[in-house]
Amino acid sequence: MAEIKIDCSGETCPVPLVETRKALRKAKEGDIVEVIGTHPSSKKEIPMAVKAMGLELLEVREEKGGVWKIRIRR
Amino acid sequence: MASKAAIIVHSGDMDKVYSALILGNGALSMGMEASLFFTFWGLQRLKKGGLEKGPLSKMNMLGLGKWMIKRKMKQARVASLEKLMQDFKELGGKILACDMTMDIMGVKREDLRDDLISDYCGVGTYMNEAKDATVTLFI
Repeated sequence: MAEIKIDCSGETCPVPLVETRKALRKAKEGDIVEVIGTHPSSKKEIPMAVKAMGLELLEVREEKGGVWKIRIRR
Repeated sequence: MASKAAIIVHSGDMDKVYSALILGNGALSMGMEASLFFTFWGLQRLKKGGLEKGPLSKMNMLGLGKWMIKRKMKQARVASLEKLMQDFKELGGKILACDMTMDIMGVKREDLRDDLISDYCGVGTYMNEAKDATVTLFI
């Protein structure tokens, strides 16, 4: 199982959401996608997309300086 | 079956084409299907080199308003229309070009970005997309 990391720090709507979707499309079943970003709405919306697609949300973590990290299992 | 967004892009204004492409990408990112039907002034944006050419829908001021907004967008790191279009395609979105607009405005296939366009078609194709769409918008 692979782990795919994407960094969307400083990016705004809709880039973090779109880049997450692109990574999830490339991932195989069981792979983990980790997204780092700073856009506040995306922190709420990426989990919404994960739920809508029936995937597994492993972690939503708030880090320093408005940075968040989300881990998803495809 | 995945839910779907079927959006008509009637306006060629830069800000409205942004709205259409952001919504289309948003739908695809949420696991939905999406199609954008470009007609009338919207179709002009599918011409080669035409994607970023639209004026601002309000306060364009002969391009000064557009220049100011573009500068602000760059500062906020908003994606370009070209990137949004490429992402839309990569995520499996459909771009439909209105062939009636091509006839009345004298637009030929070779004038358009054939690489982006999934189909040259009419109202029947749009309605066929829209009949089972959960989101339909006219922009």
